[in-house]
Amino acid sequence: MSYFLFRRLLSLLLTLLLATIVIFAVLEIVPGDPARLMLGINATEDAVAALREQLGLNQPLLTRYFSWIGGLLQGDLGRSFTYSSSVGELIGERIWVSLPLALLALTLSTVIAVPVGLYAAARRGRASDTAIMAATQFGIAIPNFWFALLLVYLFAIVLRWVPAGGFPGWEAGIWPALKALALPAIALALPQAAILSRIARSALIEVLGEDFIRTARAKGLTRSQTLWHHALRNALIPVVTIMGLQFAFLLAGTIIIENVFYLPGLGRLVFQAITQHDLPVVQGTVLLLVASVVLTNFLVDLVYAWIDPRLRKTAQ
Amino acid sequence: MTGQRSDTGERLPEAGSEPVGLARRLLASRAFLIGAIITLVILAMALISFLWTPYDVTKLVIANRLKPPSPSHLFGTDHFGRDIFSMIMVGSRNSIAVALVAVGIGMAIGVPLGAWAAAKRGIADDILMRTNDLIFAFPSILSAVMITAIFGPGAINAIIAIGIFNIPVFARLTRGGALSLWTREFVLAARVSGKGAARISIEHILPNITNLLIVQGTIQFSLGILAEAALSYVGLGAQPPMPSWGRMLFEAQTMMAIAPHMAIFPGLAIILTVLGLNLMGDGLRDALDPRLRETK
Repeated sequence: MSYFLFRRLLSLLLTLLLATIVIFAVLEIVPGDPARLMLGINATEDAVAALREQLGLNQPLLTRYFSWIGGLLQGDLGRSFTYSSSVGELIGERIWVSLPLALLALTLSTVIAVPVGLYAAARRGRASDTAIMAATQFGIAIPNFWFALLLVYLFAIVLRWVPAGGFPGWEAGIWPALKALALPAIALALPQAAILSRIARSALIEVLGEDFIRTARAKGLTRSQTLWHHALRNALIPVVTIMGLQFAFLLAGTIIIENVFYLPGLGRLVFQAITQHDLPVVQGTVLLLVASVVLTNFLVDLVYAWIDPRLRKTAQ
Repeated sequence: MTGQRSDTGERLPEAGSEPVGLARRLLASRAFLIGAIITLVILAMALISFLWTPYDVTKLVIANRLKPPSPSHLFGTDHFGRDIFSMIMVGSRNSIAVALVAVGIGMAIGVPLGAWAAAKRGIADDILMRTNDLIFAFPSILSAVMITAIFGPGAINAIIAIGIFNIPVFARLTRGGALSLWTREFVLAARVSGKGAARISIEHILPNITNLLIVQGTIQFSLGILAEAALSYVGLGAQPPMPSWGRMLFEAQTMMAIAPHMAIFPGLAIILTVLGLNLMGDGLRDALDPRLRETK
C-alpha cells in the first residue's frame, strides 16, 4: 500500500508542477499590458513604466516564475492587480460560496443517481427501466445554465419561493445562504445525476452477471441480500470514479452557473479576472481548481484501493 | 463497418461486422433511428437556413418585440422583434460548425498521436500519457474560457478551445485500441513482411479502430454543441449579429419574467441536437459492438 501511495503522490506532484508551468506560460502570452489596463488609456508612459516596475513585470520570465512558485510554497499567491487585496484573501472569501455549492450539487447528484441507477438495474428491461433510461438521456442533453434559467423562472419569478440570484453570505444565517444556493445546486446536479445513474445501472448489471452472484443465489440468498451484500460494493468502483470526476467538473461548472445566479464565488472571480487581465488572480484560482481536480483523482485512487484490494497489488 | 484486415490488406471476416449486417442492426435500433432522424432534421434546418429563413434575422422590428408564439412567429420574437425560429435555424449552423470542426481537430491531431505512441511505446508513450493527464487536469470549461479570453471571443477561437480538449480524448482512445492490436497475429505478420510502424498503423491498425473513433466522434460532437453553447452564453463564442443558441439564452436571461419563450426554444434546440447525437452514438455503439448490449 505504501508503494502504491508513494507512486500516486509522485505523479500528483509532477502533474501539479507541470500545471504551474502551463498556467504561467499561457498567461504570459495574454495580449495587453496589465499595467496599461489598470491605469487606463490616458495614463502617461512614465506612470505605466513605474507601475510595471512596482508589479515586478519588468523582471525576467524565469525570475517571475520562480518568485511565484516560491510564494506558493509559502502560501502566498501574490496580490491582485485590480482588487486591493491578496489573491489568497480573495480566494478565501469566494471559496465559501463555490465549495459548498459544488458539495451540495455532488450530494444531490449522488442521492438521486445511485438509488435510481440501482432501481433501474434491478428492474432491467421492464417499462420502469426504459422510462428511467429515457429520462436520463434527456438529463444528459440539458445544458445546466438553461435548466438554471427555467428554475429561476419557476421558483423565483412565478412561485417566489427563493431569490433569483445573489448570495447573502453565511453571516446572514445558514438557512438564507442555503436557500440562495438551492437552485444553482439543483441546476448543476441534475444533468450530472443523469450520467451517474446510467453508470450505476450498467455497473450493477455487469456485476449481477458475474459467477459469484450466481453462486450467492445458489447458496440460497435472496435477490435483495445478493444485491446489498455482494453486488453493490463491486459496482461502486465506476460510480466512485465518475463521482470524483464530477466533483472537479462541478467546481469548474460554477464558472457558468455563478454567472447565471450572480453568485460571488470562484467561478465568477476567475471569469472577471480573465476579462480584467488580473493575472495573479487568474493564476491562483486556476491553479487551485487544477489542484482540486488532481487531488480528487488521487483520493479516488485511494478509495479504489480501499474498495478493491486487488488494485493495490496490481500497482505493486 | 470494418472487419480485421490481413497483412495483405484484405478484410478478414469477423462475425457480425459485415456492412449488410451492420445496416440491418442499425435499422433495427430504435435509439439509432430516432437519433438519426433528429440529427438529420437539425442538419437540414442548418442547410436550409443558408437559402431561406421565415424572417430576416438581421432585421430589427421593434413593433414586433417580445411577441409570444403564434402562427406567424412559431417560436415568438425576441426583444428586438426578431423571429426566434429563424434565429434558431441560423444559430444551428454555428453550433454544428463549431462542434464538427472541433471534433475534426481532435481526430486529426489525437489519432496520429495515439497511433504513434502505441507503435513506439517507451518514452514517446510516456510523454503522451503524461501530457494527456495534464490536459485532463484542467477543467475543460475553465480552459475554454481562458483560451477564448486570451485570444478574443469568436467562433474560431471557440473551435480551437473545444478542439484542444478533443485531442487527448482521441489520442487516448486510439492508443488504447492500437495497443491491443499490435499484439495480434495479423499485425505481427505485417511486421514480419517488412512493413514499417507508420504503414502498419495506417493499413492495419486504424481501419480496425474506426468503429471506436466513430462512436467517440458522435459523443464529442454532442459535447462540443454543449460547450459552444456555454461559451456563447458567457459571451465568448460567436459574436453578434451572428445568432447563436448560447447567446440567445444569455439575451433571454433578463427577459425571463416577461418573455420566457425567448429561453425555452433555443434551449430545446440544444437539447434536441445533443439528444439526437447521443441516441445515434448509442445505436452505433450497440450495432458495431454487439457485446456491449449485454450490459445495456
